[in-house]
Amino acid sequence: MRKTYINGTGCLSAQKTFDTVFLEDAEWNKNDNVLFLKKPVYKDFISPIASRRMANGIKNGIVASAYAMKEANVTNVDAIITGTGMGCIEDTEKFLKAIIDNNEEFLTPTAFIQSTHNTVGAQIALTMQCKGYNFTYVNGAISFESGLLDAKMQIEENEANSILVGGVDENGDHILSLFKLAGYIKEDRKEPYQLLNETTKGYIHGEGACFFVLENEKKESTYAQLVDLEIKNVLQEDEIETEIIDFLKLNNLEISDIDAIILGFNGDVEFDSYYKNLAENAFANTPQIYYKHLCGEYNTASAFGLWTGSKIIKTQTIPELIKSNSIERPAYNTILLYNQLNGKDHSFTLISK
Amino acid sequence: MVKGVAITGMGIISSIGNSVEENYISLINNKAAITTIENISTVHANSIKVGEIKKTNAELIAQLQLDKESNFSRTALLGLIAVKEAVANAGITSINEYKTGLISATTVGGMDMTEKYYYDYFENPEVRKYIISHNCGDVAQKIASEIGLKGMVTTISTACSSAANAIMLGARLIKTGKLDRVIVGGTDALAKFTINGFKTLMILSDGYNKPFDDERKGLNLGEASAFLVLESDEIVKKENKKVLARVSGYGNANDAFHQTASSENGDGAYLAMKKAFNVAALDPSEIDYINVHGTATPNNDLSEGRAILRIYYEKSVPDFSSTKPFTGHTLAAAAAIEAVYSILAIQNNVVFPSLNFETPMQEFNLTPQTTLKHKNIEHVLSNSFGFGGNCSTLIFSKNK
Repeated sequence: MRKTYINGTGCLSAQKTFDTVFLEDAEWNKNDNVLFLKKPVYKDFISPIASRRMANGIKNGIVASAYAMKEANVTNVDAIITGTGMGCIEDTEKFLKAIIDNNEEFLTPTAFIQSTHNTVGAQIALTMQCKGYNFTYVNGAISFESGLLDAKMQIEENEANSILVGGVDENGDHILSLFKLAGYIKEDRKEPYQLLNETTKGYIHGEGACFFVLENEKKESTYAQLVDLEIKNVLQEDEIETEIIDFLKLNNLEISDIDAIILGFNGDVEFDSYYKNLAENAFANTPQIYYKHLCGEYNTASAFGLWTGSKIIKTQTIPELIKSNSIERPAYNTILLYNQLNGKDHSFTLISK
Repeated sequence: MVKGVAITGMGIISSIGNSVEENYISLINNKAAITTIENISTVHANSIKVGEIKKTNAELIAQLQLDKESNFSRTALLGLIAVKEAVANAGITSINEYKTGLISATTVGGMDMTEKYYYDYFENPEVRKYIISHNCGDVAQKIASEIGLKGMVTTISTACSSAANAIMLGARLIKTGKLDRVIVGGTDALAKFTINGFKTLMILSDGYNKPFDDERKGLNLGEASAFLVLESDEIVKKENKKVLARVSGYGNANDAFHQTASSENGDGAYLAMKKAFNVAALDPSEIDYINVHGTATPNNDLSEGRAILRIYYEKSVPDFSSTKPFTGHTLAAAAAIEAVYSILAIQNNVVFPSLNFETPMQEFNLTPQTTLKHKNIEHVLSNSFGFGGNCSTLIFSKNK
């Protein structure tokens, strides 16, 4: 069975994660409960005419994928696979609002067209004239991991040699206010948001676009090998450790073989216990990393997590800003990621040098 | 040819029936169900016709015996009905006995609730339970939870080819041994959002859709859900399961031409069909029936027709029909309901009629089968194309 390598990454997030090495310019914003993406210079990638009416998610997807392809030194790919929880939600809101406010009259199609979930993947394909396989996964917090699994399966089965896979989600005003109303996002407050030591419901919200070029060959640009991943719709809190042990066993590994664990802490007191249990027990002696204080929580935030893991393996360093304990290892060769959202859509991703 | 992945169960709800049997009876009796919309209040009610399931959400909730306080979107309700029928049809009693997954497909997700309560959410705490239902993944989550499935659950959204891609992924997951059993399909409810979206694109017919007709004026939207159960040959053998048919070929390609229009020569469609033939190791001449995408928009039928002619270059095109005059275009569910119809065609050795056809298109010589035709059916090809140039082809074959 062929192996899968992460050969290029492109990450747009609430931090400056493009044209940088590894979070050296990152700043932890503790004042806001919603984080917004740091915009690249779009005109370097998309003509101003094309980008004028283009949804943010599409623009960000195109730019992030361009960075990933450039790093991997490829000009086209065999397949494009996108994960997105909400698609281009701003256009969805725009079209919905127009329908309701104008009683179904005076509508134009642009917002409707862009609201379709597979628009990002389609526009990337259109930009590079890629006629290959093009899938979009839309299943909450495992939208991105579904794409990774699909891509890995194609590379293993010899169906493709080079695949662009990414996760993209954007902030929309209306959905943000609804999420606040429903208590998914933390209440507005004056005291700083701490993420790890929160005692309240809700998370810090964010947005981002993060793409990867996966290939069957190791090359100079290689970050890491994507060893295995697993998706589970539901798990009880007390089932997670066993699940991880079984998952590692399938890959002939034990907990002690893991050089660092990347956990999806998002500040929600109700569900962060899923991570906390692991951090305090099974992985108490493992270097621990968290990242959502930098990018915020969104359906495809775990793509930022994989970007973080890939960077650690490639640079063999862990920036202080993302360490949640002080344990160190002489080398970071094998990294495990665990993510879930609201106790659902669990994913385990294993990468190695 | 390859053996393909075994289909051991199917379930469906559409405007022409609430079960596989009801759908079949409608198909062989020319009983289309394109009507005036009743469940959604829209200013377009008098100018469009739709393939609407004539059951209210309350009726669906009662049929499913769900808690009245549940927060199911209509899309999830329809999905659950079809999944339950498929699971029962496959004779599954213990859902987690094997490594089982669920791959759903939807384009609207819980949009019906979002558009209903868009502003009400701020005033009325009681309806806030639907906020989370907007998310497309919520549909699959709810279905999995109702049938007690624990495992790989995901959702595909590639516009009108979504369910074809769910079936394709499911088949690949079985082939690679990642799963032993997988429930695959799609579901979409009618919503003001899609009605108005397609209206602005000016591809809705003001009458009844007429696929591959020179006078075709656009599509009728519909709502539906259908799911298949795919199982590994190990399970089929061990449990001596009845195999309804097999998924023998599949292919997805991108037209990379335009966000909402298909290329003139149907490049994406051609490539998708080519890939499917390669996977199935079948020659195009071995196909007995093509269930075309055939939405009856001027653009789709021209592009699809040209792609089919490219595949059948200088050879005769098999019998083909579009079943969308029966059900309307059911978006993410379309490929799933048409998969059920393809399997029914194989099981009953029939070609379903393409209704409303009168005048052949000027651009080429392609005439759909307009009456029910009985003949041996070994292989059916089913096309589904969506926005974003997303083109998918599935091939279903008789179990040998």
